[in-house]
Amino acid sequence: MTALSLRRVAASPALGRLIVIAALLAIWEVAARWLVDPMFLAPPSQVVWRLGATFGTRGVPGAIGITLLELVVAFALSAAIGIAAGLVLGLHAFSRKSFMPMVLLVYGMPQITILPLFILYFGIGPASKIAFGVTHGTFPIVVTVAAGVQNIRPILIACAHSMGADFWQRLRYVIFPHVVPTLFTGMRLGMTGVLLGVLLAELYVSTAGIGYFTTLFTQNFDPTKLLGLVGTLAAIAIVLNALMRRLERHFGRWRD
Amino acid sequence: MSGGAKPVSRAAVIAVQIAVPVVLVALWYLATTRWGVSRILLPNPVAALQALIHVLATGAFLGDLRVTLFELAVAFAISATSGGIGGYFISRSTWRIRVFEPLLSAIYSVPLILFLPLYVLWFGLGPASKIALGASISFFPVVLNTVAGFGHVDRTLVTAARAMGASDVQLFRFVLLPAAFPVILAGMRLGFTVALLSIIGSEALASLAGLGHHIVELSENMEMPGMFAYIAFVVAIAAILNLVVSTLEARGRRP
Repeated sequence: MTALSLRRVAASPALGRLIVIAALLAIWEVAARWLVDPMFLAPPSQVVWRLGATFGTRGVPGAIGITLLELVVAFALSAAIGIAAGLVLGLHAFSRKSFMPMVLLVYGMPQITILPLFILYFGIGPASKIAFGVTHGTFPIVVTVAAGVQNIRPILIACAHSMGADFWQRLRYVIFPHVVPTLFTGMRLGMTGVLLGVLLAELYVSTAGIGYFTTLFTQNFDPTKLLGLVGTLAAIAIVLNALMRRLERHFGRWRD
Repeated sequence: MSGGAKPVSRAAVIAVQIAVPVVLVALWYLATTRWGVSRILLPNPVAALQALIHVLATGAFLGDLRVTLFELAVAFAISATSGGIGGYFISRSTWRIRVFEPLLSAIYSVPLILFLPLYVLWFGLGPASKIALGASISFFPVVLNTVAGFGHVDRTLVTAARAMGASDVQLFRFVLLPAAFPVILAGMRLGFTVALLSIIGSEALASLAGLGHHIVELSENMEMPGMFAYIAFVVAIAAILNLVVSTLEARGRRP
């Protein structure tokens, strides 16, 4: 036990994490500098050093802007549709019994198979990315919100009803506080879905978004810029996810 | 809308569930025959069905199906083995769990499909890049669930087994594995689904063969009935595979 506690003092998990990251970066650096053809891999130091040049490439800031815009619009639409549909399915037993199996069935389908149709119907611009993001983001929100609403004890709603609360008051003071934690879980899952949908569509065909530049950098054998761009997007995804998790925890606290 | 326990008529529910698909197909049919929706945008449902029957009857799908299933099998074998062993290794000390778990779940939150261009750069357009990407993406649910499964075995059980003189192997075989197994299986099932999706996806995005590639090829040639037939075929294959995996999981869960 003493050896273990000593180690705990010497290497806290946070420090251990830093060491692991540093070691991975060091391996990557060595591999890229001396072992791998520079056409295929760039050392991390160079990726970071040349980040300025990557974002200075003509069109890249605009591409990131377009992609972020697609993400925001797709997420807003998914949240609006998902929450509305989730509330209806959660509160209305007949709709739930009738439509929930269909929703789950469609949710389970590999949507990637219909990606070419989205391009055909919505064009190669941002509209197809937004649409594909929405179909990926809506379903997790619908399912989570419906489950969250359904878990509210009926007596609470009935009680508010008998005390004269109208539908909107019940929604605001009884249903809303109860669904907030699940709502944020759903929103986080929805955000993951939106990110996946938009990026898939971007990678499939793109004229101005980041998909255009990942293709361009790959075809030019420019791993420095490719890694810079992809790494930045990965970092954005990690930060957004951590943020949503924090919100989820923050709004779920009142229960404990 | 008050969420009370109103009785729901089963017959009405079934009627709705039958009516919705029927109405959708009818609308689809009318859109292509009466309302003049371009055949390039939407094929006639009858033509799509004929194309599907043709695909199934001629066995034209076999080559692409074999490629996709091969990629899936190799990718899942890699991620299940490495995720299982890695997860077990990490779960053996609380310190390691606290170091690696946040790192792994942070990476898990990144849509790794982003790295497809890099994988294509490294492994080419053939099956290797799909296998590598599928294995990387499905590694994370497997390893995270394995860590969760082994990491949260009741300490009392472990201590009791130790006190009764269990060896390392016995501890693993009779205490750790049975306790962690359901969680690990759930991770494996998730990993399998994710691997399937990412392999079909990467085939659609950048590939030379496979089911995903074939859908894209048909769409680029504007062969809409064939494309719809292939979409239906791939959705059915995915559903069958997921059903098989869920059944295996349910069977493995039983003690």
